[in-house]
Amino acid sequence: MAYLLLRHRDVQDIKKLEVYVKNGGFESLKKAVTTMQPGQVMDEVKASGLRGRGGAGFPTGVKWSFIPKGVFPTYVVANADESEPGTFKDREIMEGNPYQFLEGVAIACYAIQSNMGYVYLRGEFHELARELDACLAEMEKAGYLGDNLFGTNYSLRIRTHLGAGAYICGEETALLESIEGKRGQPRMRPPFPAVVGLYGKPTVINNVETLTNVPLIIEKGASWYRSLGTEKSPGIKVISLSGNVAKPGNYELPLGTTFRELIFTHGGGIPDGRKIKGIMPAGASSSIILVNDETFDKVMDTPMDYESVQNVGSLLGSASIIVIDDTHNMDWVINKTVHFFKHESCGKCTPCRDGNYWMLHLVERIHQGEASAADVQLLNSVANQVNGKCLCALGDFSTMAVTSAIERFPQDFELKVKA
Amino acid sequence: MSIAEKYPQEIEAVYAKYPPDRKRSAVMPLLYLAQRDEGFITKESMAEIAAMLSLDVTEVASIVGFYTLYHDQKEGRYRMQVCNDLPCALRGADKFLESLCQNLGIKVGETTPDGLVTLEAVMCLAACDKAPMFQIQDGDKVTYHEHMTVDRTMELIDALKKSGFGDAGSGEVK
Repeated sequence: MAYLLLRHRDVQDIKKLEVYVKNGGFESLKKAVTTMQPGQVMDEVKASGLRGRGGAGFPTGVKWSFIPKGVFPTYVVANADESEPGTFKDREIMEGNPYQFLEGVAIACYAIQSNMGYVYLRGEFHELARELDACLAEMEKAGYLGDNLFGTNYSLRIRTHLGAGAYICGEETALLESIEGKRGQPRMRPPFPAVVGLYGKPTVINNVETLTNVPLIIEKGASWYRSLGTEKSPGIKVISLSGNVAKPGNYELPLGTTFRELIFTHGGGIPDGRKIKGIMPAGASSSIILVNDETFDKVMDTPMDYESVQNVGSLLGSASIIVIDDTHNMDWVINKTVHFFKHESCGKCTPCRDGNYWMLHLVERIHQGEASAADVQLLNSVANQVNGKCLCALGDFSTMAVTSAIERFPQDFELKVKA
Repeated sequence: MSIAEKYPQEIEAVYAKYPPDRKRSAVMPLLYLAQRDEGFITKESMAEIAAMLSLDVTEVASIVGFYTLYHDQKEGRYRMQVCNDLPCALRGADKFLESLCQNLGIKVGETTPDGLVTLEAVMCLAACDKAPMFQIQDGDKVTYHEHMTVDRTMELIDALKKSGFGDAGSGEVK
């Protein structure tokens, strides 16, 4: 099948405006702006069943419909903060196929009658931001952005905003704080951004990949989109595959593709004849799926969609599949994840800030071989006190690998503790 | 020279990105400008930006402290920031970083004696399939270097040394 999101793999130079236009580019935007009411655009996306590709899987059209009518201005913000360990899909989409992404931003803006969109990129994407700035300038020159689009009275501009190194800014309210020129710390919710968002105005925040799907849905229709993927998780997904696999990389596949097909057919299997020990399907924020002789077939035959991954004790999230082979001890794995979350905790709420501080001390002690069995239980207890008690999801995320590793790989910890 | 004197046009372009009554949004892009030449943000620059945006200088300093790509201390000419997060570590990033330390004769967090390179370990950079990898931060610029080996990294450092204050370029292998 031809690529739908990673189109640069089929069409050389699609990152050039004239090539994108020659291949049907901006037809969806034109169709939306000149032949559809904003509500119709919203309904089409709703009917497609498109769900947020940043991790939460929330229905995109429904999110748009929360924008109150008659309040202006409104904003669309594309979340290009991609920072979850194991996730590198948005970067490839923006580098390879930037105009399809930006067309998606533009259509989302039209759907909620916003005249201004922002693309929030993580600071490390410095070069990419310059490239997108150049794309946006080209679009203005060619009349795909600016005043009176396609001769209508609809006007639209899109700007980039560069972060400066903070995982938390992927959380949508922290991201808004960051654009407003503040430290990226999450806001209390409610109110949700759809009501009180950027500069206090109604705001839609969508992931890059989510928005890149939108031109396809407007072009080919909701029922076509629903013919891909599964009933509850329609469409296609760019899956980032990393860790102990022969061919790591991004794979564009229908939702519901099995782990087996991803890892063995596309990813080339596990190098050196080793065995899979665990899989983290949502990056560092995952519960670790236990893979052994007993569970292997069940896990491998599990379809990667938002519902089925729960049956093997984890979540699909942003589909950042980290494969861990049997040469690694899980105490080392959670040492890595806790280091990450300790560093990235924004410090605003106590359970996350202090919980991660103590979890880091405990995982270090365990990893150094200085811990007792009671320390492992203490670690589990701290994690359980963090989970569900934080202002945003980061706190919960920080505990997923910890509690699942202790529960599912007890032998790895028995090996490390002192008698 | 003040930031306003150095970069008048760029500052105008930054302001134009945001609604006129939301000037504070310019603080992050202005901090990048302030960091461009020296690789760190001086107290004077923070005070200047605070005055430009009608903020307290403490607020500006708190933003510098919050985001990892802003620095308030002078370090090496280039910051070599190696990702050794879980996905990169599963593909050899810890070993890569360790041998880089040996080759450079410094520990993580230290700067080479000639002041050229500060070696740092950082969190995920969204390049997990291209490990080992690092980014080079050079003032307000960041470039990615992927699929790296210790030999290629040492060659890159040599080239940086020879070019003095040249450009870190991009070491990406397609």
